[in-house]
Amino acid sequence: MTRYVMVADLRRCVGCQTCTAACKEGNGTPPGVQWRRVLDLEAGTYPDVSRVFVPTGCQHCANPPCLEVCPSTATRQREDGIITIADDLCIGCSYCIMACPYDARSLVDQPRYAFGATPTEAEAARPGAGAVGIASKCTFCAGRIDAGTARGLVPGRDPDATPLCVNACISGALSFGDIEDESGPVATLLAENRWFRLQEREGTEPGFYYIWDKEAL
Amino acid sequence: MSEPIATGRRRAGTSTTSQRQRYWDLRAAGNFIGGGTGTGLIAAAAVAAASGAPYHAALMLGVALIATGLALVWLEIGKPWRALHVFFHPRTSWMTREGIVAGAVIPLGVVAAVVSRPAPVVITAGLAVGFLYCQARILRAARGIPAWRRREIVALILAAGLAEGGGLALLVEPASGGALGFALAAGLAREAAWRVYHAGLAREAGTGTSLAVFASPVARRLRALHRAGLALIAATLIAATLVTPILVVPISLDPAVIVPVLAMVGGALVVASSWGMKILLITRAAFTRALSLPVVPIRGAKKSHAH
Repeated sequence: MTRYVMVADLRRCVGCQTCTAACKEGNGTPPGVQWRRVLDLEAGTYPDVSRVFVPTGCQHCANPPCLEVCPSTATRQREDGIITIADDLCIGCSYCIMACPYDARSLVDQPRYAFGATPTEAEAARPGAGAVGIASKCTFCAGRIDAGTARGLVPGRDPDATPLCVNACISGALSFGDIEDESGPVATLLAENRWFRLQEREGTEPGFYYIWDKEAL
Repeated sequence: MSEPIATGRRRAGTSTTSQRQRYWDLRAAGNFIGGGTGTGLIAAAAVAAASGAPYHAALMLGVALIATGLALVWLEIGKPWRALHVFFHPRTSWMTREGIVAGAVIPLGVVAAVVSRPAPVVITAGLAVGFLYCQARILRAARGIPAWRRREIVALILAAGLAEGGGLALLVEPASGGALGFALAAGLAREAAWRVYHAGLAREAGTGTSLAVFASPVARRLRALHRAGLALIAATLIAATLVTPILVVPISLDPAVIVPVLAMVGGALVVASSWGMKILLITRAAFTRALSLPVVPIRGAKKSHAH
């Protein structure tokens, strides 16, 4: 059984936000909406402080709270673990936004574009631009994955079948792939490194792993 | 695969990711207000009906408030013309269940008012409490909002609804001993539920912003209003049943006038307080969860093997 997951190597992320920009460019999300965010956190107490960059977004949980609460069944879980939103079913009640422990969902209630009231040509051509009044979030670029796998490509190995943020990452911090593929990049990374997941105690079984080795503080 | 490291250690600075939710506004608060007060009114109507007291105004106003609350939330959703999709997920969604139960409460309440018998009113009240329970579970299932997802929120929403309805019933129906007793009991239950909820919230890490809202001057005044309202209702109940001559004669007031007025003022204070606290709970004290990193990794590493 395939389960796609994302891995962020926190030792390597430099907080450049290229993944964020690639996501916005590729998915046409409106101003103020970022499906792939990089949190810039300060930790510790002066003078023992440290800075950590944490790429985040939808964790594509195995037990997603958003799916449980969605009254319209718009939020769905694919067999490969990707959580999707059916645009034609969502009523825009925002309940999934309240249920997500990772603050990964957004909703805009009126059209917003980067340069005024009308979309640029690029925005008009992107899927996220028309998502007004419904919840939206990172899809792991499910469309690219589906198109790529249909051509025999392997997500996480072949760029045309891999999420845009992973392709764009300049430091090699982001990886993607099928965690059940034991020889794949994701399973190898997780086998060879220490990792954690966010809000582990929630029991959501996130599909987003964070690699680390030594503590800064 | 390596073992996950121990979680739960908190680091300074990790709370910076928490922010006030901005998607559920006064319209959503209106749904919780309408649903709670409406349910409380229908419950008060059932108590009145069972004891032979007038109940029609409370019953109909209760049904109207539930419907108004749902109408408000309909105005809030992004795709109102798809509203019927809300019924698609009864297996796990409390919002779907809320809609289904409301679909039974509203027509049954109208029928109960027309039939004018106690039994349908009591059945409607039972369903209405089920509706309010669904509303409470909606908040409980909102796991991204620490101020809502607590177990104690269920009792708080139930008790608050009954207290609001009991208080409002004193304004719309003649204040009988049963109505005063219901309002006082529900108000005391709400006070107790609030204390339990607040204590639980205070025990949870990362809820300082919500606690600050509940410690604000507005919140303190609202809580004082609630206590004042309860005191008035209690005094009215005592005056109406035990010590009317002692209380009333020295100030030369007719008990037939002063008792209902005190009851109405007390009920109004309880209602105003509880509505205000619900608005704070939904729109002001609802912050998203702070990101909690179990470790702060050191940056800079050799290239990962898989790259």
